[in-house]
This record gives sequence, C-alpha cells and structure tokens, in this order.
Amino acid sequence: MSPAIGGTLARLDGRAKVSGSARYSGEVPIPHLAHAVLIGAPVANARITAVDATEAEQSAGVLAVLTHLNLPKVAMQPSLLPSLAGLAAPGHTFFPMQDDTVHYAGQHVAVVVADTLERAEHAATLVRIDYDTTPPVTLLEEIKDQAYEPQKIFGGLLPGRQVRGDIEAGLRDAEVRVEAMYEFAANHHNPIEPSTTTAAWDEVGRLTLYDGIQGPTSTQLTAAAFLGVPPAQIRVVSNYVGGSFGSKAMVWPHATLAAMAARHVGRPVRLALNREQMFTSCGHREQQRQHLTLGARADGKLVAVRHHKLSLTSHFDDWAEPSLQSPAIIYDYPNYEGIYRLGRGNINTPTFTRAPGEATGMFAMESAMDELAERIGVDPVELRLRNCSDTDPATGDPWSSSGLRECLERGAELFGWAGRDPRPRQRREGNWLIGTGMATAAYPHAQPVNPQRARARIYSDGSVIVEAGVSEFGTGISTAMTLVAADGLGVTVDQVRFAGGNTDMPNITAAVGSAGAGAASAAVHLSVTALREQLIGMAVADEQSPLHGADPAAVVVEGGRMALRDRPDAGETYSAMLQRKLVPDVEAIGNWIPPAQDVGHGMHTFGAQFAEVGVDAELGLIRVRRMVGVFAPGRVLNRRTAHSQLMGGMLWGLGQTLLEATRMDARSGRWANASLADYLVPVNADSPDVVVDTVEVHENVVNPLGVKGVGEIGVVGVAAAIGNAVYHATGYRARSLPIALDDILSQAS
Amino acid sequence: MRSNTQASARVETPDTAVVRGPGDVEVWLSVNGAAHRLAIEPRVSLLDALRDRLELTGTKKGCNQGACGACTVWVDGERVLSCLTLAIACERREVRTIEGLADGQTLHPMQAAFIARDAFQCGYCTPGQIMSAVALLKEGHAKDDSDIREWMSGNLCRCAAYPHIRSAIRDVRDGKTGD
Ligand code: FES
Ligand code: FES
Repeated sequence: MSPAIGGTLARLDGRAKVSGSARYSGEVPIPHLAHAVLIGAPVANARITAVDATEAEQSAGVLAVLTHLNLPKVAMQPSLLPSLAGLAAPGHTFFPMQDDTVHYAGQHVAVVVADTLERAEHAATLVRIDYDTTPPVTLLEEIKDQAYEPQKIFGGLLPGRQVRGDIEAGLRDAEVRVEAMYEFAANHHNPIEPSTTTAAWDEVGRLTLYDGIQGPTSTQLTAAAFLGVPPAQIRVVSNYVGGSFGSKAMVWPHATLAAMAARHVGRPVRLALNREQMFTSCGHREQQRQHLTLGARADGKLVAVRHHKLSLTSHFDDWAEPSLQSPAIIYDYPNYEGIYRLGRGNINTPTFTRAPGEATGMFAMESAMDELAERIGVDPVELRLRNCSDTDPATGDPWSSSGLRECLERGAELFGWAGRDPRPRQRREGNWLIGTGMATAAYPHAQPVNPQRARARIYSDGSVIVEAGVSEFGTGISTAMTLVAADGLGVTVDQVRFAGGNTDMPNITAAVGSAGAGAASAAVHLSVTALREQLIGMAVADEQSPLHGADPAAVVVEGGRMALRDRPDAGETYSAMLQRKLVPDVEAIGNWIPPAQDVGHGMHTFGAQFAEVGVDAELGLIRVRRMVGVFAPGRVLNRRTAHSQLMGGMLWGLGQTLLEATRMDARSGRWANASLADYLVPVNADSPDVVVDTVEVHENVVNPLGVKGVGEIGVVGVAAAIGNAVYHATGYRARSLPIALDDILSQAS
Repeated sequence: MRSNTQASARVETPDTAVVRGPGDVEVWLSVNGAAHRLAIEPRVSLLDALRDRLELTGTKKGCNQGACGACTVWVDGERVLSCLTLAIACERREVRTIEGLADGQTLHPMQAAFIARDAFQCGYCTPGQIMSAVALLKEGHAKDDSDIREWMSGNLCRCAAYPHIRSAIRDVRDGKTGD
C-alpha cells in the first residue's frame, strides 16, 4: 500500500524558499571570507605572450593574482565520464591555466582574489595579458569539410555510428520518402543562480566546498583528483541549488580553482561566475545540423530511417549530445543508419542540456513525421499510432513499460484534436492565423551503474530521519523521498525528515538524465524496508511484545504501529517497543544495485505533446496559445512537484523553439549575446497555461518503485509540436531552431 | 569622509560638495525596520551590501545587470533592482527585502500562495518574484491574466513556474487561501 506516494505534498523546503532563508552555495556565512573573480580570455585562439599583474597586485585589498605562471599544476586529469557513472566527472578533459594556450574565448586565464568582491572585480580590470592571436574557428560552416566520425561520443558511452537492417535497400524500396535538413542554434542553460563555489581549508588540510551541483559526490571526487587530495579529506555541501538544467551536472574547473585560490591565500574563498561567464564556463548545447530521411509505405508505416548529425565540439573532447538515440527506437522500422560527425573548433566542450539530444533529434524526427502525414493524407496522431512499437526495435526486447499509445490518445482527447482540418492556413481570428500541431516525446531511461545508498534511522519516539547525498536543485527530491520513506516504514509523512545535500550522507550518484528520482527512491525504499524488517524482527523476538513469535511476513505496519495482518488488535507501535527495550534508535542502510542495461527489456520513457499557436499574419509573431503534454514516466512519487517539472520542461521546449539561440561572432570567436538581456528565455508573457497529465503504466524493471523520472521528457517533442502548429497556421515549414520571424514573413510574401 | 547620519532635521538635502569615498565610508541602511551601520565603499551595490555585508541572502543575484529581476527589493515601497542600486544611495530610505515580508512566523499571503500553488522549483528567482508580485497587486497591475503576464515579465524564472506564479497572484488578489 502506498498512501503517501503519488499524492500531492507541498514542497517541504517551500517555506525556506519563499522566506529567503534557504542558503545556496554562495550564501553560507563564513568568517574571513575572501572573493575570487575569474578573468576569461577575450580571444578564442591564442597564445599568452605576457602577463603583467603588478598594478592589480598593488590594488587595495588584493590578496593574489593567479595565472598559468603561478597556479600549481593539477595532480591529474580525470577522463570525461557523465556524472551518472558516479566517478570523477570533469566537464571537459582540460584544466585551464596550466600553460599559455587559449583554446576558446572565455577560457579562464587568471583568478584575482581580494578581501571584497568589489575590490576583486576592480583589480581584475587591472591585470594586463598580451596575446598572440590566430583567427578562430567557431562555426559549423567552417568545420564541415574537416568533420570526422568519432568512435564514441558522450564521454565514451555511445558509439558514433549505429545501424540495423539495410538502409540503402530500405530507402530504395520505400513508397514515400521525406528528406530534410534541420539546423539548431547553440543553447545555454542559464539557470538563474550562476555557478558558485565557496572553498574553505581547515588547519589540518581538510577542504570543505560549498558547491552548486547536481550531485555533491561528483564535486568531491573531481576536486580530489585535480588537487591530489584524498576524497576522505574533502567534504562537499550542496544544500540548495538555484537551477541547473545540465550546467551543474558536470564539475567544471571553477570549483577546483576556488579550492586552489583558497589554499594559496590561506583564507576561505568564494568564487562566483558572473552571467557572461556562465556562457563559457559550464558547457552548452552545441550548434548542430541534422540530415534526416524517412522511408515509408504508402499507408505511413515506416521502413527505413537515415539520420546523420554534424556538430561542433572542442579541441579536447568528442562530445555530441545523443540526438539520434530516441528517433532510432521510437517507431517500429527495420532499417536504420545513425551517424554522428564532429568538427573541432575554438569552443568549450558542449555538455548535457535538458533533454540532451532528444530536444534536437526528436524535433527532426517529429517534424518529418508531420510532413509524411501530410504527404500521405493520414492524421498525424494516427500516423504515430500506426508506427508504435511494442518492442525495442533495436533489440527486439519488450519495453519495460511504454504507454505511448495511451499518451497519444489521452493527449488528443485533452487537447480536442479530433476533427482537425489538416489543411494549413484554414483558421483565422482577426490578424492571427491559428494552427495546431503534435509530436511524440521519448527519452531513454538512464541508470546509474554503481550501488546507490541511503540510511534510515528511527528514534524511540517514532521519529525518523532518512539520509542520502542528493542535491535539491528544484526537482522536489527531498519532498518525494519523504513520501517514499513514510510509505516504506508505515509512518506518517510528518514523522519523517529527509536530509541530503552533502558528502557525509550515504552516496548517491548525481541526479542527471532523469535518473535521480529512480536512484534515490530505490535506495531510500530499500533503507526503510530494511529498517522495518529489523524492527519487526525485534518485536517478534521479544517476549514482552504482543507480536512475540509471530511470522514476520504476517506483520504489517500502519501509522507507526506493527500489527498482525489478520488480527489488527494484536500489535504495538515502534516507539512503544523501543522505549520498553531502552533502545534509543535503530538504523539501516539501503543499498540498491541497479540492473544491468541488458536486462532483456528496452527502457524508455514516452509521451505526447500538443500545441496551438497563433501567428500574426503581418508581423510573423508567434504566440503559443496553449499546450497539452501527457507522459508515462512510470511511478509518479509526488504528483504536484512532478507536474511542475513536466510543465517547466514543456516551457523549456517553447524557449528552444521560439527564442533561444546563442549566436557566435565568428570574427572574434566570442558569443555575441552572452547575457540574460540578449539571450532570450521565456518570460511570463511568453508562457501560456499548460495542461500536464500522466498515464499509469505498470513498470517493475527499472528500479524497485518503477520510477522513470520527469526531468527531461517534458521538453522532448515540444519544438516539433509547435513547429508543426506553425506549419498548420501558416504553411511555413520550420527546419531551423529557433524559428525566425523573418523566415515566416519571407514565406508569407 | 564623515557621513551625514547625524544630520539634524534642518538639513533636508545632503551637501553635494561633500566627497565620500572611494575608500570605505560609513553608510547607514535601514532594512526591514532595523538600522545597520556599514563600512563600505560607495561603489557597493545594495544587492551586495544586503548579501555580503548583512547576510540577508534572500535577495538573489542572477545577472547583476538588471535583466533577471532576482534582486528585486522595495526602496521606500517602490520595487527596485538592487543590483543596479548603490547602497549609499539608499541612506535615509526604507529598504524592504523578502526576509521582512512575513509577519513574524506568519507568512505573507503571497508567500503562502506561492507554496500552495507550487509556484517555484529551485526557488532562486522566488524572492524576487514575490517582491514583484506583492508590489504588482498594490499597484493595481493584476486586473487580469494578461496584465499579470506583462507586469511579471521582468522576473525571469528558468524553472518556468510562470503559470503557477499567475495562479498564486490570482489567489491573493481574489482573497483565496490556496487549495
Ligand atoms: S540580479 Fe539584478 S536584475 Fe538580475
Ligand atoms: S524557481 Fe527556479 S528560476 Fe524560478
């Protein structure tokens, strides 16, 4: 029985957040704190020829100026592995200020430390650095002829090429083909809290890092590797994180630089990135181009898909977001070819950005599906239903759970899709052309590879504390884990306190790839289950207990009271037993070993997106009027927070479609719009009301509670649903994101 | 330079001939009804004075450029972006921050409505949203949803809690107490 799970519990950290008492990583009061300011290279391809820090060093309050000339060398360079692996997780295989080379604009070239932020910022303007520059390479256009096919992408986790069947024959024999090229601007995460690390060494050389990160352990292990300090000597605290969306999924150099600066000046140091530095210091979604060809029968059944991606990466890493994974398995077709190609440029290594890969790959797939639907005269929802697969087409294994059909049907119903006139430019309200569109959403179910742990302790008054080293970055994890613990132990929610946010807690992998809730809930569930069994074991062994001699399997717990299932009057509360036995507390560890990836099931999360847009016939202005998203994320732990996350994801998709682009100034090699005034994100006025629903699927493969996660799936498919709605409204087929008003206008005229 | 905190009632305007700074000067700030004496350089923003000197970190720094609204506070009852306001310019004004919004242990209705409507996720934009939302109601800029959408658009929420923020503001406007 799960009375708490699936409910709608208000965020337990809500009060702290609305009253301003929640302290994020740059807000912990620390005596004698000094402030570090990073200096980024203003050029993208250069050698440093001279550094003159004299004036800065003499400026009031300055404690140190660190450059490649005096910063200690790092102890080692860990390889780039997604933080889900649970190991050191540097954002790139590069550490700045180790030599005189500048690989990309914004690369950290100096750190200035002073007694106040103002003095550090001022002194940073006084450091003179001379560069010998070479013209930079920063655009896809500039590298397309030198592009190569990487062996592996995504930190070595995915092959650079995947095939099944015979793509040439499949496409040749197809009765209908849709072929198109899709372009995607670079995107930046822009959480409202810029990344900040505060570092404090104690007198015996132990380090505390207050870091905004998706998993404290990743910072601990990464900093340990770079600094050559045992992880046992490093404590990372990450209580509240002001949004991440992937920018704080990996551990970027500033965290280690803060520790190095603190060691150098012998004082605690806070290092906060400023907004402009957020565009060059913690990755981005790479600029990319996708070439997609669908082959289908006349009835719309797909027979072949060829999907190639070309994207830009850094000098040091083969990083491409895995755009081809979901389109490769979303529908049932026998012939497939997916190839990633990369070109190196003067940019930082790209990284996870919410719905990493699917946000772009599924735009291509689902836009092409809309074209196919129109070409063969089949309703877009019906076309998806015809192509749904009951098995993972790549392996033939059944899905652990799917729900795609139900999502499509439920979404169509909530949206009022039935009876839609498929012809474009048919609906007009005043100056507004109205259109509707839909798309499928899909996101692979990622799992940690190492054991996940939590600890549960009950006190003799019946109160419970459950601990696991997770970060709270807006997902509502603490609230959801409170529900999981309450149900597993058979107590009420208000008897449980969940604590996370630092590396003293049992280890949980960073919450990335929508895997956080699944991993944490598994560990928490196992910890409280172990604790309950231990307590029941104590009762049945105790001669003074009404449960003495009972079969433990016949004992159930509700409201903190253990009782026989068949005879509820025979029983006692946990606290009555513990107090009688003079036991102050009982504790248990939950240790979840994730299933191997080859469990004989395909593991994927599915959903469906619907959107209605109005397009101003004269101005080309696009307004999303309403959105409906239905998802099948397995077990939903806390409906309230899960729906908020899905809604936020859908509005992220809106941003990707209509607003978000980081544009490169190719001559300087610098991002041209690195600010929140110039990089457009959705504001309140852009955001329509959003209908979110989830469908229940039976899921018992992925983890003990069947949780697939909701962090990314909300984003996926939105861009195609909106793009398809724009086509329906105007007859303009968007193949480049974000959709530009002038493209619509040139089409209209 | 001496500040004019001892100024008697007859000195109505500061003497513009008095140069203060560029080093530390004494600045008196009244925040949430409490007077504070700070020794800060005149270039210190109100935002950094609150966060780094007074440990009032409820006011957030999202951009330090006037683009995100996370730093919204009230000065003499008007909403201002504290990242674009010098602390020294707030002497003899009343600064109100998120920490001063609740009535003792009782949350302001807008704070309660934000919790009831789940109008935030990470919570980093939230103090600024709430300071704007309360001011917006007082200013009469929440007549309908399009009003709210427009007037709340200076406060970015990257978690995109916008529809729920609108619900919270409607609830307080209509005197509803959450659900
Ligand atoms: S921090 Fe002041 S507007 Fe962003
Ligand atoms: S709640 Fe995260 S930015 Fe608004």
